[in-house]
Amino acid sequence: MQVQAHLMMVMVLDKCLGCHTCSVTCKQAWTNRDGVDYVWFNNVETKPGSGYPKRWEDQAHWRGGWKLDRRGRLKLRAGGRGQKLITIFGNFDLPAIDDYYEPWTYDYAKLIDAPLADGPPVATARSRITGRPMDLRWGPNWEDNLAGVKPADDPAAAGLERELLGRYEEVFLFYLPRICNHCLNPSCVASCPSGAMYKRASDGLVLVDQDKCRAWRFCVSGCPYKKVYFNPVTTKAEKCIFCYAGVTEDGLPTICSDTCVGRIRYLGVVLYDLEAVTAMAETAEEADLVEAQRQSLLDPHNPMVVKQAEKNNIPYDWIEAARRSPVYALAKDLRVALPLHPEYRTLPMVWYVPPLSPLLSGIGEAGYDPEDPVEVFGAVDDMRIPMQYVANILAAGDTAQVDDALRRLTAMRTYMRRLQLTGRREVALAQAVDMRAEQLEQMYRLLAVASREDRYVIPKARFEAGAALQSQFRGAGGRGGAGRSPRRGHRRERRP
Amino acid sequence: MNTKNAWELLLFVILPYVSLTIFLLGHIWRYRFDQFGWTSRSTQLYEKKLLLLGSPLFHYGTLLAIGGHALGLLIPASWTEAIGLTERPYNLLAEVAGTTSVVLIIIGLVVLTVRRAARDRVRQATTKLDLAAFSILWVMILLGFGQTVIFNLLGPGYDYRPTISVWMRGIFSLQPDVADLSGVPTLYMVHITMAWVYLALFPFTRFVHFWSMPVWYLSRPFVVYRRRRREALLSPGESKRWQTVGDPTRNERPR
Ligand code: SF4
Ligand code: SF4
Repeated sequence: MQVQAHLMMVMVLDKCLGCHTCSVTCKQAWTNRDGVDYVWFNNVETKPGSGYPKRWEDQAHWRGGWKLDRRGRLKLRAGGRGQKLITIFGNFDLPAIDDYYEPWTYDYAKLIDAPLADGPPVATARSRITGRPMDLRWGPNWEDNLAGVKPADDPAAAGLERELLGRYEEVFLFYLPRICNHCLNPSCVASCPSGAMYKRASDGLVLVDQDKCRAWRFCVSGCPYKKVYFNPVTTKAEKCIFCYAGVTEDGLPTICSDTCVGRIRYLGVVLYDLEAVTAMAETAEEADLVEAQRQSLLDPHNPMVVKQAEKNNIPYDWIEAARRSPVYALAKDLRVALPLHPEYRTLPMVWYVPPLSPLLSGIGEAGYDPEDPVEVFGAVDDMRIPMQYVANILAAGDTAQVDDALRRLTAMRTYMRRLQLTGRREVALAQAVDMRAEQLEQMYRLLAVASREDRYVIPKARFEAGAALQSQFRGAGGRGGAGRSPRRGHRRERRP
Repeated sequence: MNTKNAWELLLFVILPYVSLTIFLLGHIWRYRFDQFGWTSRSTQLYEKKLLLLGSPLFHYGTLLAIGGHALGLLIPASWTEAIGLTERPYNLLAEVAGTTSVVLIIIGLVVLTVRRAARDRVRQATTKLDLAAFSILWVMILLGFGQTVIFNLLGPGYDYRPTISVWMRGIFSLQPDVADLSGVPTLYMVHITMAWVYLALFPFTRFVHFWSMPVWYLSRPFVVYRRRRREALLSPGESKRWQTVGDPTRNERPR
């Protein structure tokens, strides 16, 4: 056993307002430069919907992530190493700019320079790539709140389209904020022929070495979540960096977490066994992947685990943080969080608590009492179609996992309501979902009232580690890197 | 020394060494100081279809051409004969491979040039250096095309191994002899001269991605981990790497 520490995020989908504050603050911090106009390290999609880039979940088309070969061994879906080298002169699986959207700006000067006229001056849209006028037909978050969504656009809704969007159109919708999942078994890293992408052993973050990237673009197509982006100006790959400077030095939350209006995000440390990763990713049945990954999060209260962690040089602060980790609690202890598309076998480390509210409103509409747990439990079965849809996204299609999480959430709500109204602790409610009453109360505290310190438990860097951290500040200052490159309009002279 | 000799000296002795020096030092400089700029400068994000057609044709043609040039120029005829490749089959092989590569490169380059000119998005991403690189590629390939048509397809073929190859190896053994080149057709002479210009340009353009052919990908572990370095690292301003940017007097100021 080799114990490693990993940073992990959990998002509680019920609390997401779809306000996009996270996307905007992230963009202002990291992707407001030439070449990354179209890039959103954090984006929030309305589900059902096709997403960003369009239909990213359709792996039959994009061929991202891993699959098992006939002997049950992991294989990149897009083909092996030899095949990559042979096809290195053109990447067939790469999305083009139109699959994201063509970035644009407005001709603001017109507003000031226009000669005196009868009508008001108009600032027309101009492409940020070519500078030409644009007819806007697609853009970032074009499908906000189901605008214009056609059922067939959403790969996760395959087979459910008619019922899902037909019957539940009015009631069924939720937001899915997405960042890079900093996967345990990252197919982006495995796909990079230059070895420019790497996973940090200290905290698991997946980063691109800007100096080593040679623009082969296989990481972009290799990531099933399409969370590595190609900067066509610097011609280097870029991705979410989990705000590592602030996170790993000062213990600050990532910018998307810090500015989240709905306070839906939780950050913390988990411990895992490095040697078990491959076996976990090779779990034969897709439906078992959630449980396999959940089991792989080691219990930081177990003395054996702690001993091994110390042996593997995990700093004391990190083990302490793992003990108080809100993400460990949500994912493993309380079992309410689930990984995004576990069937891609990258073992993502951003998990989601599935949304109960859109289901509950459906339950109300269907004539059940959303307050009564018994009726809700019955109705959860009745909401077969949306359940299947959520399971397609968060549990490789296994509705039992979603069902389990939703029952626990419902039990917590009812338990707390009864507690507050009558002062009675209805232990039976907890037992019905295989939990203890304290666990329901802990869940309530975490989900409803947790303060900053409880939501973000990240150890600060030790002073002694300062010099070692210094080595990680390479690359961002280069030409066109973050913090450089003054914006000089569309047609900046670009040297190779 | 008459003018002709002076020209020969300039083009076939001085130019090669100047070019090779620039080639070598240019690479060292670029590798040392411009890792961030060392890329293939892909524009696939902007345009996919034409690239997927033109780029593989062009690149495979080029690899074939590079192999052919290395074989023909650097390996003495006696060596190839020693392994049983006598003149007739060798020439046949060279002609077939040469013609194939010329055809592949021309089709590929036409597609890629059209793409660059006709697609707004790709055109705006084209720098002056890219234009220089494209132009020299076109010159080289047209010369190669001319040779293939005139000497191989219409004529009986020209064997450059007793002349150009000998002179070329003389360059590398530091004993260049212009006399080796007597009787070489003008077209070949122009080709050679342009090639030196090409090599001098090479380290400063996107061509450097040739050296980044990631063959070690075949054997490395799939997932790359990086650990923090144990030794204390220097602060900005203390290592050579950081001294290359910013105010050079910075380190002299009292802290
Ligand atoms: S989501 Fe996973 S596979 Fe995609 S870029 Fe992040 S670490 Fe890589
Ligand atoms: S800031 Fe928070 S609530 Fe708003 S969209 Fe982002 S994740 Fe959702």
